[in-house]
Amino acid sequence: MKYINLILFFFPLFIYSQNDSLDISIKKGKSLYEDFCLRCHMPNGKGQEGIIPPLAKSDFLFKHMEESIKAIKFGGIEGEIIVNGVKYNSKMEKMGLYDDEIADIMNYTLNSWGNKYGKMIKENYVKSLKE
Amino acid sequence: MNKFFSITIFLGLILSNFSCAQDLKPFDNEIENSLITDEINYEMELVFEDENIIWAIEFFEDNSILATVKSGSLFHYKNGNKTEIMGLPEIYLRGQGGLLDIAFHPNFKENKWLYLSYASEDAGEKGGNTTIARAKLIENSLLDLEVLYKAAPNTRKGQHFGGRLEFDNDNYLYFSVGDRGNRDIYPQDITLDGGKIYRINDDGTIPDDNPFYNTPNSKKAIYSFGHRNPQGMFKHPITGKIWTNEHGPRGGDEINIIKKGKNYGWPKITYGINYSGTTITKKKSLPNMEQPLYYWLPSIAPSCFEYISSDIYPNWNGSLLAGALVFKYVERIGLKDNKVISRSKIAEDLGRPRDIKQGNDGYIYVSIEGKGIYKILPKK
Repeated sequence: MKYINLILFFFPLFIYSQNDSLDISIKKGKSLYEDFCLRCHMPNGKGQEGIIPPLAKSDFLFKHMEESIKAIKFGGIEGEIIVNGVKYNSKMEKMGLYDDEIADIMNYTLNSWGNKYGKMIKENYVKSLKE
Repeated sequence: MNKFFSITIFLGLILSNFSCAQDLKPFDNEIENSLITDEINYEMELVFEDENIIWAIEFFEDNSILATVKSGSLFHYKNGNKTEIMGLPEIYLRGQGGLLDIAFHPNFKENKWLYLSYASEDAGEKGGNTTIARAKLIENSLLDLEVLYKAAPNTRKGQHFGGRLEFDNDNYLYFSVGDRGNRDIYPQDITLDGGKIYRINDDGTIPDDNPFYNTPNSKKAIYSFGHRNPQGMFKHPITGKIWTNEHGPRGGDEINIIKKGKNYGWPKITYGINYSGTTITKKKSLPNMEQPLYYWLPSIAPSCFEYISSDIYPNWNGSLLAGALVFKYVERIGLKDNKVISRSKIAEDLGRPRDIKQGNDGYIYVSIEGKGIYKILPKK
């Protein structure tokens, strides 16, 4: 009983700190997005149809998340992709971002412009991805 | 009959009015962009295929090409072959930064000096900043590399490295450093780097007639200030003056003729607004601040700048070329008495143009991201 009380007491704190670190990551991701991504993917994440794929409500982003993260880390995706029914074939350049920054940008992107993603992308996960 | 006759004359007058060389004012709104015409009497020939971002091209005396790849390599393209030049310094690849421009010393044939601009990271603060160096280019290697100028402080910001290089007729080297994403601090403060055009001697020393040479605490290499991100620069072949174009905020890209010690206004005055649509300042002019020769609305994102002095292309001699990163074309800007009289598109839809240069053969060459180097041929 005592233990359960303890757990009940600490559980909300645990949840709180999880959300808190996600919020911080999203906040950092926003300013990184404005620095490195906004010029092409636009302030509203809608990209430029046929030229720069959208990130807002992008089916590709959620279906191919690992590939999308690798695209930021290693520079673009080779060949044609289809995003929300539209073809894209322009290579994104490598931005020289650190793994923690890529995680922040992903967290911002996955939770902005109508996007919603339950989990948090962590630095270690980005680090583990190989070309 | 009479009526038709007068209508014809009337129409004729209107048409002749349009075809006359008139001052083309910057547009008042983004819709007027449709006034830009298409060039048709040319063809694009791919001379070197390359999947990278070729940020800069220069020509050797034999018209073979030396080219920088932004991610950090240097190549010599000759007769269909590509040879890598070894001995580059360590390059900081971050956002818009990487290996940027190159320039041959005006007396390269004898002294072999090649000048380079790039982003570098070094001991000290995290991040990087624009760096100017020179090295002897001998048999596909860079030797005796020396850093001539390093903008400070380092920052992890990814924007606005500037980085264009140009020699004038007196062998002074001009280069640009953008505001490094910190517009409220750097461009208006001559004791700090960033948001400036600089002038140095070919050995990296600072000319003692630089405008702020005797100003206490100033960065003495500064030649002009109040710039955002100049990425295009050429020496006017007739006047010898340095011309630049610069990335402005949304709707505020500019063409400027660089004058000693002048303030070009950023961010105190601008024709542009923030990318988000909010206002930076309502002021478009202020006393003691230079007005641009022209500004672009909407922004084309000018990546490079060249003056055509060749007669190979009918009617193009004396006009300017700028790469439009946003719209993916090369813009030809017709000029008369230093006024813009026409704007037209070349090489539309090929990709993002990064550098444009007139070769020693008089032809214009363009590097396009992910495609390679093209030669523009007049249509026969």
